[in-house]
Amino acid sequence: MTTLYRKVLRDASRQKGQVIAVTTVVAAGIAMWVTMRGAYESLVESRNSYYIAYRFADVFALVKRAPEFERIRLASIEGVTEVETRLVYEITLDVPGLPEPASGRLLSIPDEGEPALNRIHLRRGRLPEPGRSREIVVSEAFAEANGLSPGEPLAGVLNGRWTQFQITGVAISPEYVYELRGAAVFPDNRRFGVMWMRRDALAAAFRMEGAFNDISLRLGPGAREKDAIDAVDRVLEKYGCTGAYGRSDQLSHRFLSDEIKQDRVTGIIVPAVFLAIAAFLTNAVLTRMVTRQRDQIATLKAFGYANSAIGFHYFLFAMIPVSLGAILGTGIGIWLGQGLAELYQRFFRFPSLDFQLSPAILLGALAVSVSSALVGALAAVRSVVALQPAQAMREEGPGLYHRGLSDWTGVGALLPLWARMILRSMERRPVKSAFTVAGLGMAIAVLLVSRYFTDSLDYLMRVQFELVQRDNATAVFQEPKPLAARYELGRMPGVLRVEPFRVVPVRLRREHRVYRLALQGIAPGSEMRTLLDADLREVPLPRAGVVLTRTLARILHVREGDWLTVEVLEGERAVRQLEVSALVDELIGLAAYMDLDALNRFLQEGHAISGAYLRVDPAQAETLYRRLKRTPAVSSVAVREAMIASFQKTIAENMQVSVTILAVFAAVIAFSIVYNSARIALSERAHELASLRVLGFTKPEVAIVLIGEQLALTIAAIPAGFSMGRALCEMFARAMESELYRFPVVLTQDSYLYSLVILLLASMFSAALALRGVLRLDLLRALKTRE
Amino acid sequence: MASGERILAMEGLSKVYRLGDVEVVALRNINLELESKLFVVILGPSGSGKSTLLNILGGLDVPTTGRLHYFDHDLTAAGERELTRFRREHVGFVFQFYNLIPSLTAIENVALVTEIAARPMPPAQALDLVGLKERMHFFPSQLSGGEQQRVAIARAIAKQPDLLLCDEPTGALDYGTGRVVLEAIERINRELGTTTIVITHNAPIAAMADLIIRLSGGEIVEKSWNERKAAPAEIRW
Repeated sequence: MTTLYRKVLRDASRQKGQVIAVTTVVAAGIAMWVTMRGAYESLVESRNSYYIAYRFADVFALVKRAPEFERIRLASIEGVTEVETRLVYEITLDVPGLPEPASGRLLSIPDEGEPALNRIHLRRGRLPEPGRSREIVVSEAFAEANGLSPGEPLAGVLNGRWTQFQITGVAISPEYVYELRGAAVFPDNRRFGVMWMRRDALAAAFRMEGAFNDISLRLGPGAREKDAIDAVDRVLEKYGCTGAYGRSDQLSHRFLSDEIKQDRVTGIIVPAVFLAIAAFLTNAVLTRMVTRQRDQIATLKAFGYANSAIGFHYFLFAMIPVSLGAILGTGIGIWLGQGLAELYQRFFRFPSLDFQLSPAILLGALAVSVSSALVGALAAVRSVVALQPAQAMREEGPGLYHRGLSDWTGVGALLPLWARMILRSMERRPVKSAFTVAGLGMAIAVLLVSRYFTDSLDYLMRVQFELVQRDNATAVFQEPKPLAARYELGRMPGVLRVEPFRVVPVRLRREHRVYRLALQGIAPGSEMRTLLDADLREVPLPRAGVVLTRTLARILHVREGDWLTVEVLEGERAVRQLEVSALVDELIGLAAYMDLDALNRFLQEGHAISGAYLRVDPAQAETLYRRLKRTPAVSSVAVREAMIASFQKTIAENMQVSVTILAVFAAVIAFSIVYNSARIALSERAHELASLRVLGFTKPEVAIVLIGEQLALTIAAIPAGFSMGRALCEMFARAMESELYRFPVVLTQDSYLYSLVILLLASMFSAALALRGVLRLDLLRALKTRE
Repeated sequence: MASGERILAMEGLSKVYRLGDVEVVALRNINLELESKLFVVILGPSGSGKSTLLNILGGLDVPTTGRLHYFDHDLTAAGERELTRFRREHVGFVFQFYNLIPSLTAIENVALVTEIAARPMPPAQALDLVGLKERMHFFPSQLSGGEQQRVAIARAIAKQPDLLLCDEPTGALDYGTGRVVLEAIERINRELGTTTIVITHNAPIAAMADLIIRLSGGEIVEKSWNERKAAPAEIRW
């Protein structure tokens, strides 16, 4: 066997190029596996330990105002082990250097000591001293984005009064791992921050002594969340509770879970695709090798080597690139994973997020690579077993050729001889040709997928910020205001158009399916909020009934024309049946819309509005934002440009990193596939090509025969690759779809072009190598030996 | 004894191969002049350098030292491109293993060469010369070994080369089939006047030749002329 081992190594060094090709693909697959899987496990691990150590609550609820003694009733709910009552207020902040107002969410911490639930982790500084009413701790993301440090002042409007706060510390909290304002989808750390203040100070400012407006509960093991939520709702209903909810509806948790889910999905699909390609390549290389080593195998068999020994020999050969790739890939994966963990730190705030590699991941990497080697070696081993020694040692006759389709149809006669050679050789082995086409198609598909994410994200941004949200800024009032408030906004400097809207927390119910969200009433004929269908056609807002986004309709199992129970979670708490009058397609979040007037009639609260979409004269925007900053009635202003910029800075940048990694890997894989296929073609035809050279054919003429076939297969692979690519993208789209985002399969012409160009480059590179092969053909040897 | 003008001239021709650290002398100091229209058989055991000589004569290889002239052309100094043109325009090759293109039919294999030749004969005529007109639309895999070799001969002569070089043309064939192939070669030499060089280790074949050259250890050890050329049918081996 030791001699056989030596043969394995020699064979490998003789086929360096192809060994390297397989190694690269395996390395890419394993690197993706280690990176994504590691990122997934690190996130899960960091999240779980953070939640436990900092006592992240299980159930949350907001009320208008409830007396503190209700705490006792809440604590006695079955399954509840701990209750934390708090005061939570949204305030407007004046951040130095920022023209538009920023929003702060002010959370109370107990008068003394630390909160029992949702504890904060101080990064710098200290907690506010008891009794110091102006001291606050600010969240790390906000502090970093605005360059704030302990010891510095920060101004804001506290319950209508201009207040100068003093920052004593910078902290993070399990409640705000991902720091988001209300309905926003992207974090905007410059304009939204969380801050903590001693409860007595906050209570004094809002006259909430002896009362609370926010609770968090922790449940004991075995407690049923749904029962606890219902019980909390019953206790707090009369205090204007907007409905208790569990972790799955907690914004930060939900985002984190979505990211984790996506990591899990991409961490499985991408490596699976890459390793499948690796297996495919290994298989192609080995099949070719076994054909070429027919006589060697026969000799070994004649000497008495068992099928299993010879088969194992080829499996070992497959293991060379696979194990090299696995080692290399693990290294790259760890390196990339550490980078990714650092990147995560930029918008997921954990006390620490270390990239960790569990033995399971490494074992997994080992298992998948060995199995891809096995799959790759399978065909080879099969033909080893099938080979009869006597038959194999005899010289093989010329390849069996017949007149093919091209000949029967008469097309062949019209073609030059080299074209006939190419056509017949493809027709002779349709399965092999199909495999090559599939392989090359896979290269295109992988390239397309690498572009899909960027394309889809661009599309999503364009749809959301150019077609759906067309306002320049959205102003939200502290409390619902009479319709007349719109005129006050309209009179402000630079405001060109005002479209009022109403937002109400509701519970949508259809049979046992329930979904909580903010129902939006928008003005009929709105120019700044457009409802669109999947083809981006405008859907007119129906005068009656409720409009749902398609994803929400799917969650609730309703169709257009079905009826829903809508329970309002504030004010008079109206409960009514409403018809689903239209479905719309939005790519971000879930939404339910109603005609503003219809909503107000439904709420029976007269004409009230929660805020307005504004069209702003850019020249006066700064003046306007400065004004709004000092308008106590306005609790927040979301500026569209700022949102886009913040999105670009966070999500897009993060995504860019993964997309770049994927694109590089995809290009490498595409090159490997094309190169390998050209090498195999050259090796198969060396004999024939040498014959042509001897007959006096020039090198370019011979090259045409070789490259012609590759070119024909490549052209055939283009449409195949495009459809495979789309299918893969759709698989990703389905796997990554969440309540927060949908990534539609949108591929731009540029992306198709990009895939083609890379494929072409790879083909040219491989063609050049093949040409070098043709130039180097040893005519004499090729003629003397039988193929 | 046929005669014509001088077609090939070798002067002090040597070939040395480097195999790793070992130098192998395949040919040493070959001096030989050949006239056109001759049927030459080069005899020698394996390793005698006969294939190397044939390859050099056919422009597949170049000598290490010495000079080779084809008519007035100095082939010693010829580059890759010129050698390819030389093969394409003047040389027809027949190999032991036929080297047909398996994906082309008999007539297409011949046409492969006629398409790039200056004054070819019609492919069908070439196949007729070797007695294969009936099977011209067969693929190599549908032909016997002898038939494949005859296609190779047709392919070699269809361009009407000045020089027909045959490397062990009967080496892979049985006696009966080999004889038919030799008949085809002999006929080409006789009817078309193509200078023909056959190398073989099979001594009886030498009876067909005008000129017999014996090689051993890379050197010419004997040069002899046949008074009477034997017909292929008379040869036994």
